[in-house]
Amino acid sequence: MKNLVIIGAGMAAGRLVEHVSEAGGWSITLFNAEPRGTYNRIMLSPVLSGEKTYEEIVTHDDAFYEEHGVTCRFGERVISIDRTAKTVTGENGTVPYDKLVIATGSDPFMIPLPGHDLDGVIAYRDLEDTETMMGLGEGHKAVVIGGGLLGLEAAAGMHARGVDVTVVHLMGHLMERQLDEAAGYLLRKELVGRGMKVLCSSNSKEILGENGKVKALMLDNGTELPCDLLVMAVGIRPSVKLAQEAGLATGKGIHVDGQMITSDEDVLAIGECIEFDGALFGLVAPLYDQAKVAAATLAGDEATFVNRETATKLKVTGCDLFSAGDFADGEDREDIVFRDPSRGVYKRLVLQDDKLIGAVMYGDTADGGWFHGLIKDKTDISEMRDTLIFGPAFQGGGALDPMAAVAALPADAEICGCNGICKGRIVEAIEGGATDLGAVQAETKASSSCGTCTGLVEQLLAVTLGDEFELPTAKPVCGCTDLTHEDVRRLIKSSELQSQEAVWQELGWKTRNGCHVCRPAINYYLLADWPVEYQDDPQSRFVNERKHANIQKDGTFSVVPRMWGGITTPDELRAIADAADKYNVPTVKVTGGQRIDLLGVKGEDLPAIWDDLTKAGMVSGHAYAKGLRTVKTCVGTDHCRFGTQDSTGLGILLEKKLWGSWTPHKVKLAVSGCPRNCAEATCKDVGIVCVDSGYEVGVGGAAGMDVKETEPLVKVATEEEAIEWTVAFIQIYRENAKYLDRPYKWIAKVGLDWVQEQLSDDAERARLVAAFELSQSIYQKDPWAERAKEDEARKFAPLADLSLEAAE
Amino acid sequence: MSWIDIGAIEDIPLRGSRKVKTKEGCIAVFRTAEDTVFATSNVCPHKGGPLNEGIVHGNKVTCPLHNWVFDLETGEAQGADEGRIQTYAARVENGRILIDASVLGRQAA
Ligand code: SRM
Ligand SMILES: Cc1cc2nc3c(=O)[nH]c(=O)nc-3n(C[C@H](O)[C@H](O)[C@H](O)COP(=O)(O)OP(=O)(O)OC[C@H]3O[C@@H](n4cnc5c(N)ncnc54)[C@H](O)[C@@H]3O)c2cc1C
Ligand code: SF4
Ligand code: FES
Repeated sequence: MKNLVIIGAGMAAGRLVEHVSEAGGWSITLFNAEPRGTYNRIMLSPVLSGEKTYEEIVTHDDAFYEEHGVTCRFGERVISIDRTAKTVTGENGTVPYDKLVIATGSDPFMIPLPGHDLDGVIAYRDLEDTETMMGLGEGHKAVVIGGGLLGLEAAAGMHARGVDVTVVHLMGHLMERQLDEAAGYLLRKELVGRGMKVLCSSNSKEILGENGKVKALMLDNGTELPCDLLVMAVGIRPSVKLAQEAGLATGKGIHVDGQMITSDEDVLAIGECIEFDGALFGLVAPLYDQAKVAAATLAGDEATFVNRETATKLKVTGCDLFSAGDFADGEDREDIVFRDPSRGVYKRLVLQDDKLIGAVMYGDTADGGWFHGLIKDKTDISEMRDTLIFGPAFQGGGALDPMAAVAALPADAEICGCNGICKGRIVEAIEGGATDLGAVQAETKASSSCGTCTGLVEQLLAVTLGDEFELPTAKPVCGCTDLTHEDVRRLIKSSELQSQEAVWQELGWKTRNGCHVCRPAINYYLLADWPVEYQDDPQSRFVNERKHANIQKDGTFSVVPRMWGGITTPDELRAIADAADKYNVPTVKVTGGQRIDLLGVKGEDLPAIWDDLTKAGMVSGHAYAKGLRTVKTCVGTDHCRFGTQDSTGLGILLEKKLWGSWTPHKVKLAVSGCPRNCAEATCKDVGIVCVDSGYEVGVGGAAGMDVKETEPLVKVATEEEAIEWTVAFIQIYRENAKYLDRPYKWIAKVGLDWVQEQLSDDAERARLVAAFELSQSIYQKDPWAERAKEDEARKFAPLADLSLEAAE
Repeated sequence: MSWIDIGAIEDIPLRGSRKVKTKEGCIAVFRTAEDTVFATSNVCPHKGGPLNEGIVHGNKVTCPLHNWVFDLETGEAQGADEGRIQTYAARVENGRILIDASVLGRQAA
């Protein structure tokens, strides 16, 4: 008999031995570095969570191998391969081979952070790792680096055992390789809801230890996460060292052909250690095919490995997700999206040329297998396209009319998931006289919580009342949703929506990620309501706020540095003049806001001109922002014979306090030193007129498309109070107004009385001031200084300059 | 088709765009939320707005000057507006963005 040596007794090797011993003819020696036979590695997670025992997941034990005449050398690592002598050397000696199969699997990748070799820092790959995690014990703390499949299974398993687990993930959403952002968001929500902590977009910096044992993980923002155990699950690398040292051709993995033969015809390789046609493997399904092909090759039969689509499921009980195929956007690709926020369901299908090429599902994955089949078989779906997303149960029917669909629902169909209201109850209320949405809400509570079933309730009204019902005229934000700005703002607060994905999902957005109308509004609402939790998204801002300059009709920009309260100095003026010369600024203009505008600056020059102005002590004037613009002042008591108070000084104080804040629309202030009002304070968003006895604070003025005089908000005696009321007013406007409503428009909707009532309450005023200050602690930063720095500045240059490259 | 490497995918923010200079004018290169890249002419057919400064949503971009919306796959203006931007083949390989080398020899848009 010829000698067959197999290195590694993992999942691929186990399957290979089955096939080979069936055919017979080989004397097999099986090495395994792990001190045991073959077990179902993928079931380590149920073992960890306590749903299975190790014994239950063993697939090929010593007895199996003995029965099949396999010589087992378990617990013995192979050290080298000699291809000339055709021998393999293990820790306990050398054996000859006629044919050799390498099935060494892969090695977990350990990020070489300082402290990665401390005691208590482990990977998640084998039974030992699993047992270490199981031994941690209730109440202890663990940190898992990596929010992919393995990391989350490790985290969920430990959590199930009462461990306090934090997942630290580098990317913006969990399982980014298998899930799109929307599904990643839902998964995170589920895990957080169970009590795990999940930090996305977080980069680890250092592992801290004490007496050689792990103590905490430090993130690059300085946060320390104390832990007794740190699990790194950041990816795997094919285990190629042995093959490489033996001189076999390797890339990322061991190169094999379709017959599983390496660059040496007597050496085969299968499993996660190989690279086939540029592809690496991390799931078992293809490995089983490889084992089959390798067995055929060894038997001298013809077989060729074909890499097929694989689907992913996460083995965390209660988290239903499924992903298969290619779900990236792309040319000629189309999406079909279905969301049911009340049930936490999200489905997305990706189509190309009338075929399904990818599917991501969360919450309801029952149809996953069916979709996977359509992907694998490349079925033409043009006939069932309209109802495809509803799954196999819906195929064969005609097109759905939403009204007919609502009419056809049974009386016990649930309409409002939040309050558990079914169709019958709502119809009863309508027939009993509740003939508009408000009345139905009041009567049944349907659509009064999250509001996403509002459309359904309205359709029920229409179906039940017929022509008597008129759809309300409240204007939705844009075509991406039926909700109004006010509804969205309310829901962002009440449902604690803290990310764009949360808004798209929970409020049932109809598009993948909004449009140019809703995205800037949502970005503003999120950052205003959740300054700490939400991260501002420059890609959801209009160009001016992204470039921190006003775009001109020829694509150049204007640059307006701040001049606090309209005061400048000879040095500042010189720096501005120098910058104007140096960057060939065609126009230098004094603005209506008491400062100087450099118009016509080239986009590429922005960081450099900012750098010059920053060095002269100036910051951005935000002349481009939905935020604080200018605080105009007059000369006041410093110089003017009529001045009653230091209007210039107060203006500067206000500007220093408010600059850098984002608001629903732009905000302009002015402070005049007496009722002659040289600073035009009575037509500003907030205008203060100084009088002998104190300060008259007015709000809601305008002098743009509408001209309006301010209305008196309050009269106070001291400068401190004037500042306090102004800040509180700006904050209540920030918290409540619709995006792109100037204060005068917003006040017209809520009434000045309401505003006054709120602000007169000392506690509420103090809360508003504190909320504003919290937000400023994050947002009051000079955007120019930040972007004048080298790596930020680079982003203003073209990505590449091909103008010197020759044409083909 | 031959391809030119113009940079790393991370050089363009998600749902963002950067421009690439060529002898015949600028090209805008877009990266969508799902990491797909598109390359088009950077000049809006309405009044020449720089499309690389627009807001990218789904597979579309909105011109920053007057909000015309273009489909990045076909180049067609959406809705009531009429016009088209030139599109060029682009793809990502090993984290690098490649665009069709024929952009070098194209006619000015
Ligand atoms: C530069 C400046 C004109 C000037 O040379 O003086 C100016 C320039 C622009 N104004 Fe203004 N406004 C300027 C003072 C004003 C004033 C006067 C004032 O602030 O005291 C007003 C009336 C007061 C008011 O806002 O109520 C004013 C009312 C507007 C409006 C109408 C706003 C409204 O709510 O009705 C717009 C349009 C808008 O914001 O949607 C506007 C929009 C614009 C834009 C941003 C148009 C645009 O979107 O591109 C202009 C940008 C030009 C550029 O590229 O820089 N500008 N604009 C002034 C800059 C002030 C500053 O230092 O920041
Ligand atoms: C926790 C966990 C959950 C998973 N869940 C899933 C899932 O849900 N679905 C899925 O499809 N896949 C899952 N996987 C992946 C799956 O387990 C692997 O794809 C599969 O085990 C790879 O099989 P293999 O035979 O190539 O390698 P392995 O099973 O890793 O076997 C390789 C063996 O070779 C041994 N070895 C290495 N070098 C030497 C040497 N020099 N000498 C001797 N022996 C050596 C190793 O000790 C190891 O026992 C999961 C993996 C883990 C760790
Ligand atoms: S008045 Fe009109 S044209 Fe003049 S700066 Fe303001 S927006 Fe531009
Ligand atoms: S220039 Fe693009 S929309 Fe006007």
